Parts: sequence; structure tokens; C-alpha cells
Amino acid sequence: MKKLINDPNDVVVEALLGIEAAHPDLQVDHPNKIIHRADARKKDKVGLISGGGSGHEPLHGGFVGLGMLDAACAGEMFTSPVPDQMVAATKLVDGGAGVLHIVKNYTGDVMNFEMAAEIAAAETGARVVSVVTDDDVAVQDSTWTAGRRGVGVTVLLEKIAGAAAEQGRDLDQVAEIARTVNANGRSMGVALTSCTVPAAGKPTFEIGEGEMELGVGIHGEPGRERLPLVPAKEIASLLVEPILADLPFNSGDAVIAFVNGLGGTPLIELYVMYNEVNKILTGHGVQIARSLVGPYITSLDMAGSSVTLLKVNDELLSLWDAPVKTPALRWGI
Amino acid sequence: MSENVTTAVLEEWVRKFAALVADNRDHLTELDAAIGDADHGSNMDRGMKAAVAALNETEPTTAGALFTKVGMTLVSTVGGASGPLFGTFFLRMGTSFGDSGTTTPLDFAAALRSGLGGVVARGKAEPGDKTMYDALAPAVEALDSALSQQSQLATGLKAARDAAAAGRDATTPMLARKGRASYLGERSVGHQDPGATTVALLLEAATESAF
Repeated sequence: MKKLINDPNDVVVEALLGIEAAHPDLQVDHPNKIIHRADARKKDKVGLISGGGSGHEPLHGGFVGLGMLDAACAGEMFTSPVPDQMVAATKLVDGGAGVLHIVKNYTGDVMNFEMAAEIAAAETGARVVSVVTDDDVAVQDSTWTAGRRGVGVTVLLEKIAGAAAEQGRDLDQVAEIARTVNANGRSMGVALTSCTVPAAGKPTFEIGEGEMELGVGIHGEPGRERLPLVPAKEIASLLVEPILADLPFNSGDAVIAFVNGLGGTPLIELYVMYNEVNKILTGHGVQIARSLVGPYITSLDMAGSSVTLLKVNDELLSLWDAPVKTPALRWGI
Repeated sequence: MSENVTTAVLEEWVRKFAALVADNRDHLTELDAAIGDADHGSNMDRGMKAAVAALNETEPTTAGALFTKVGMTLVSTVGGASGPLFGTFFLRMGTSFGDSGTTTPLDFAAALRSGLGGVVARGKAEPGDKTMYDALAPAVEALDSALSQQSQLATGLKAARDAAAAGRDATTPMLARKGRASYLGERSVGHQDPGATTVALLLEAATESAF
């Protein structure tokens, strides 16, 4: 294992110190591992919090700031934060208009946020609404699984719901917009290599030079299928076609196309992927209204990519275009 | 029927469980790497070490206080799915004991069943989903059945330990339907469930304590 770390056990704590030092608009509650806006708890603004295991940076802490999240709870590596953190974050951002919890559909995240919402309501009477993202088409949504995983759409949702909250909409309206984003977004990912969790010191799974793992999540958990590695145009097709068929996305639909890097893939390869995605969408008559290309929801040092498509209307687009000022997304300011 | 269970013995059980989790930390993590995300052993070890530290700080005088403290500590330190599940298990045991100063073997069995109920409420697992339930439910059944036949508590716990171990082994051929392992579909078959393995350690710890 070769990593820019001091001690595997100190990675999360030291990264939080670095985030705080690098971004004066943000503050960190170190005991609770909460990254929050320095101006958090705005009166009458709906508070947005999210959180999850660490190792997916910039998700979620890199999306804290004007027009996006008010606070993010950092868990241990790939492990959901605990209810105490979410309760503390909820209290921190509640300016009287209630708090939206944005939760990726992973069993641990869902259970810990559930407990947090119960405790926060009991302790403070704060109004909490939870929205769970579950956009990964690699997982069959049936009673036989824990349901689809929440992946790439979470990034788009945090931006769009954050803009709605910033405009002063109430909790029910912000939650409704968040649900609309989740309902209209679909994702799928592929891994070319495993990631290496610092405390484990070795790759989470073995994968040969000529192989890829299709349908992966963001924790190094194995995907649906091990396949021979193929060129980017075929990989793009393996990701995009199931996404298009699932919603479905139809000719004439406008989308935000998000080509994400899983952490170990250079940007130039993501643009090669984007070119292929663009060609496939054009072929289907799907219009790309906006794009996002880069590593925004990662799996440590995993090489690979995921594609997220979000069907948008004018309202969602205007919320996407609204000003945002966070470490990872910044425009209109 | 055996004598009442002292809080000291219950605490010994928790400490023995913590020690077994520490000893099996890498094994649990390896099981999790096969069908999950390779952190079950380290997460449970962190949580149980914190629970032992909390017990070292202030010694609970009742069974209710003991298990409430262990449960709260796990919820606050473990994260993932294991935190809420094992945390809720101990919290429900604590609630079941209440403020009572004495614990009979039947009280203990009732608390264990209550803990199982908490796991089901939190995780919504059903038999055969390849989860901790598949080791815990048979253990609870075995203890109840032994006590109803007037066995000593220690004898009942041995039966519960054996049932948990058999339940753990039975998870190997199962297809996971809950948690991250469920994303694997058929590929989850042939791997032993880490949560069920930890439950088997919990019951093993009970037979190593002076119940």
C-alpha cells in the first residue's frame, strides 16, 4: 500500500483538519466529525444535512456551502456516521424551518439516520424529513435485496435541493424537489481496479489486468458481474443502455449527464468516457442540457467510472444553474 | 431452575464477548470482505472496546443499566449497519431488565428474546435472509426451550451456543437478501455471514462466563 498518509487510523481526523484549514467558509466540529457552513443555522432557511462513510470525497463535506449542504457528517472509512453525529448536525443547522436529511440507500446509513431522526425529534422537537437516494440500476429493486444503492444522483440532488432551500422554500417543498430528483435519476458504475482501505492495507478485491467489475457500488463491494476489459465505447454502452432503458429516458428528453470518476481514473479518461456517452445519448435523441465531469463521488483510489443521467425540466435546470459556493462545486458567484 | 444471575456475571459476559470480538477481528473482517465492505471486525472491535471502557469508568449496578450503557455505546461508536443492529439488541435487553435489581434465568431469556425483537424491528430481517437473525433466533429458541424443560441456565446457554453456531454455519449456502451482501445476488452464496458469526461469538462468550 502506497498512500499519502501518516497513520491509517488518523486519515479521517487529519483530512478534516485539512478541510478546515483549506476552506475558511467552513468549520469543523471535530469531536462530532461534522463539516458545516461557518454561517450555519440561518433563520427560517431549511437546513440540509447529509453524511456517510469517509472515502467518497468530495462527497459529502466538499458540498457544504452556499447553495448546497449546511452540514455533512463524516463516518469512519466506508462506514456510516453514527446517530449522535447526525443529531448534533441537525441541531446545528436547524433555524426553525426544519431539516432535510439526505441519505444514500445503504443499510447502515438508513438505520443510523432513522435513529438520528427519532432522537432529534424527541430531544428538540426539530422537524426532520428524510429523503433516501436509490439510483443504481445495477441492483434489482426487489424485496430480495436491500433495494437500489444511492450513488451519483446524490451529488445532483444535494445541489438542486440546496438551491431550493437557499431560495427560501419550505421543508415540504425542498423535500418534494429532492424526491423528484431521485425519481428521475439513474446511475451505473464500473471498476477497473479495487480500492485499498488504509486500515486494511491491501486491495479489497482481486481483479486481473484484463478484467473489469460491472455494476459496482462505492465501497469496493463486488459488483454484479466480472467481465473482460473492453474499450471505453463498449463500457459506455454497458453503463448507459441499462440506464436509458430503466427510467426510461426517451427521445426528446433533456438530461444532466454526469460522468463521475471513482477516484483512481484520470480526468482525461473521464472525458473519453463523456465523448462516448454523448454519442450514445445523441443517437437516442436525448439532449444533454448540462454536464458534470469529474471525481465527485469516489471510492478511495478505485479506478473506474460511473454515469448518472437526470431527466430535467426548466425548474430543475434553473435550480442546477443557481449560485453555489462549495469546495467542490462553485459557479454563479 | 438455577439461581439468580448477578450483574457481575452479566458484565463478565460482555467483557468476554469484547475479548472474543478482538480475537476474531481479522476473521470477521475477512468474512465481510467477501460479501460486504471489509469492516465488520474493526467496527465491532472499536465498539466493544468502547463499551468495555465505559464499564471501566462506571460500573453499572443493575442489568438494565449495564445493557443500556453497552447498547448506547455501540450505537454511538460503531456506525454502519452493525451499530444500530447490535446497539438496538443490547438497548432492548436493557429495557427488558428495567430497574429490577434481580435477574432470574427467565428474565435473562426474556431479555434475549426482546433483543431479538429489536434486531427484527430495526433491520426487518426474516429467516433465511443471511443475517445475524439466522444465528440469533435459533439461540433464543434453544434457550427458551431448555428453560421450559427446567434446565439450568448454564445448560440452556450451551444449547443456545450450539444453536447459534449451527445457525451461523447455515448462512453459508444462503442467498443474501439484506444489507450490502444482497447486492451480490447469487455471488453471496457460499460465504458465511459475518453478523451471524459475531452472534455465535456472543453466545460462546456466555458459556465461558459463570452463569
